[in-house]
Amino acid sequence: MNKNPKKNEFVRKVAEKKYEFGFTTDVHTEIIDKGLNEDVIRLISEKKGEPDWLLQFRLDAYHYWLTQKQPTWGHVHLPDIDYQSISYYADPTASSKKGPKSLDEIDPELMKTFDKLGIPLEERLALSGTAVDAVMDSVSVKTTYRETLSEKGIIFCSISEAVRQYPELVRQYLGSVVPPKDNYFAALNSAVFSDGSFVYIPKNTRCPMELSTYFRINARNTGQFERTLIICDEGSYVSYLEGCTAPMRDENQLHAAIVEIVVMDNAEVKYSTVQNWYPGDAEGHGGVLNLVTKRGDLRGVNSKLSWTQVETGSAITWKYPSCVLRGDNSQAEFYSVAVTNHHQEADTGTKMIHLGKNTRSTIISKGISAGQSQNSYRGLVRVGKHANGARNYSSCDSLLLGSECGAHTFPYMDIHNSTATVEHEATTSKINEDQLFYCNQRGISTEEAVGLIVNGYAKEVINKLPMEFAVEAQKLLSVSLEGTVG
Amino acid sequence: MMKSEKQYIEFYQEASSIIKERSCPVMNAVRDAAFRQFESSGFPTRKVERYRYTDVDTVFAPNYGISLTPITITPSPFIFHLKDAPINVSPYYNRVANTKDSITALNTMLSHDALLIYVPPYTKVESPIAIDNWLRGKEDTMMNRRFLIILDKGAEATIIISDRMAPPSQAIDHHLSEASPLLEKSEKRKYLTTQVIEVCCHDNAHLDLYEIEETTSLCSRFSNVYIKVGRDSSVRHNSITLFNGLTRNLCDVYLTDTNSQVTLNGCAIGSANQHIDNNTLIHHQAPCCQSNQLYKYVVDDQSVGAFAGKILVEKGAQQTTSQETNANLCASSEARVYTQPMLEIYADDVKCAHGSTVGVMDESALFYMRQRGIPEAEARTLLKNAFMGQVINSIQYEPLRQKLYVKVEKRFRGELDKCEDCRLCK
Repeated sequence: MNKNPKKNEFVRKVAEKKYEFGFTTDVHTEIIDKGLNEDVIRLISEKKGEPDWLLQFRLDAYHYWLTQKQPTWGHVHLPDIDYQSISYYADPTASSKKGPKSLDEIDPELMKTFDKLGIPLEERLALSGTAVDAVMDSVSVKTTYRETLSEKGIIFCSISEAVRQYPELVRQYLGSVVPPKDNYFAALNSAVFSDGSFVYIPKNTRCPMELSTYFRINARNTGQFERTLIICDEGSYVSYLEGCTAPMRDENQLHAAIVEIVVMDNAEVKYSTVQNWYPGDAEGHGGVLNLVTKRGDLRGVNSKLSWTQVETGSAITWKYPSCVLRGDNSQAEFYSVAVTNHHQEADTGTKMIHLGKNTRSTIISKGISAGQSQNSYRGLVRVGKHANGARNYSSCDSLLLGSECGAHTFPYMDIHNSTATVEHEATTSKINEDQLFYCNQRGISTEEAVGLIVNGYAKEVINKLPMEFAVEAQKLLSVSLEGTVG
Repeated sequence: MMKSEKQYIEFYQEASSIIKERSCPVMNAVRDAAFRQFESSGFPTRKVERYRYTDVDTVFAPNYGISLTPITITPSPFIFHLKDAPINVSPYYNRVANTKDSITALNTMLSHDALLIYVPPYTKVESPIAIDNWLRGKEDTMMNRRFLIILDKGAEATIIISDRMAPPSQAIDHHLSEASPLLEKSEKRKYLTTQVIEVCCHDNAHLDLYEIEETTSLCSRFSNVYIKVGRDSSVRHNSITLFNGLTRNLCDVYLTDTNSQVTLNGCAIGSANQHIDNNTLIHHQAPCCQSNQLYKYVVDDQSVGAFAGKILVEKGAQQTTSQETNANLCASSEARVYTQPMLEIYADDVKCAHGSTVGVMDESALFYMRQRGIPEAEARTLLKNAFMGQVINSIQYEPLRQKLYVKVEKRFRGELDKCEDCRLCK
């Protein structure tokens, strides 16, 4: 196959494809000195005007973090990160002291950045019906559409604002799903988290629009440690979108976020991610280290949580959006497409922990690896002793494009209840020659055929994304994969 | 390091000269290196990925008497003591087994005698070679068994290795030769076995290997099988756990040359507090090879069934076809099942799939049978039997298959120890 010069050309073309969002914005950014110690944490806390309990929360997490070692079990080559050479706080809005009040107050350069990214910060784009919280480096820049939401009693703001305005809510839920001592990176995040989004949907409310956060790492040598907390009260519904980009840098940038979701009785949360951090260049230099802890706690009966993710960026992705199915009859879904190219490494999957009765979960994971990349699925399905009638279906497929990449599957199933039904299946293969031949026969070029097949392969997941994201995800897929077949 | 290693380290330091004296140069050559490896790594904890499901430390902690009795061999043209080997065995002994596994290292350092099965080139062994491991002793005993199986070019053989309780003297006359809870009443001894089987299949050799375990709930067994397969060969390995205490079977297969086939079958039946852990690795190092795995478990009461299988396809191993299936039937609410089918693939022109299921008995099938007057217990036994049927059906050696049909059914009825037409058993 590889001897065909025409196909090699496709491979080269894709290999040369540049990262589209790799620009830096020249914004005056206040960055605190590199390094991590108690003083830095106190400084971050002070800058944000945080109450004592939160400072204590951070310090406890920091002291725990000091006792831990960076984990090595992932199927990725995680470099030894020098935590002292990272700045833990960068604030691009520092010039306007108290944070932006209206659009005019935001640095115009910053607005351009978000324009380039295509985020509807401006009111005119509000027509698209999405409320956006944009987080650049460490600070939430602007949250759109707040007024409309607040009429319904929905709180959608940055987490630092929530700490000031709704301290009881934050205190009650922060760290209740992902405790600070959960893992190494969660402890780090809990110690130094700078900003993120906070969402509270009151009882029996259907959030009228899609809420969305855009993350961007801009400043050099900074890490991004955002923290998202979503609380969906009884009988409510919310769909939340998350998107990420970063500029091109030679060195690795660190991104260690936490997402916590609490779902109460009869509530439903849909969380969608399109992750497109800078993946590093074709030789594997630079790129974002994406080490994220995401977990949803389905506390109520009949609650529902659905994770959908499209992972195309990052040099190293290490993330397992998980669900704790605590409430009876709760349902969880995980849909994932992970694409790796060049020297990218992804170790991603999910954990479904069934504790309540008649809980159901579905896992659909599609891995696509090209170039010299390594793509792993790692998932856990645990059925607790009292989870009678639990049901799980997992399916993870891998598609290999090129002879130098790898696709791996590491599913774990721990079943402690006899009434559980758990199914898992996985396949690994390259693109079906018959399908390619069929397309060729009908006058479709190999490149187009590959695009068709890959898109069809990922369709099951992409269909689960909200409209706006589905378009972007399809675009990203085609950027990363067009004609990569060898 | 935990405490339980200490007694083995101390034992070796005291008794190594005795072991070496009773052993042969080939085995002694690697003994000290194995000791150093064991001394430095100790027993694996549950944090070691391949030992996640079995707590090694507590099994090895009690004080066992270490058996140094020589192996008795019934004369056969194919079975030898390692020291009487007809060929030079040093290129084979502890080669493929020389991994970082601590249990293997412990076995290498403690085993004083090894059994060699050598099938010369282009020889077909018509009737199966049977090896019975009788467990007997006056006190709690630890046995370290070692096998080396070499099939030269074009050789063909069927080997059946069974673990059984030695019949107590009063039982012999009522032909109660099988293991059983009945025997437990008279034999309250605990046995711990480590076993390492190294298999080397040269080009165009065909091996059908069976491991059948039928012991008591006081027996613990760690069996590590390492198989190296040459070109155009085929290996079938069947691991059948009928009755046991704690069992951990490891099976590593290395497909080193093209066009070979390997099949791993497993059947495990657990009840009471039994623990069955199968861990496999199929390492595809050469192109155009096929591998198949089928492991089925029925777990009842508080028993634990664990399966972890990995298919590793190296970069050059194109056109690999590999299938891994693990199906589990959970028959009680306290039984536990862990399953972990893994794929690690570095080549693109491959077809690899794995599937694993954990489920309960089909209620509608049970209902159908009860409607037709079949009592519930009977209906359940029928279903369990049918579930295991898939594994037993794939057994190639006909007489053994027939025997196992009966045994599996008896096992499900809890009558494994009872022989037919025997009043003592009723």
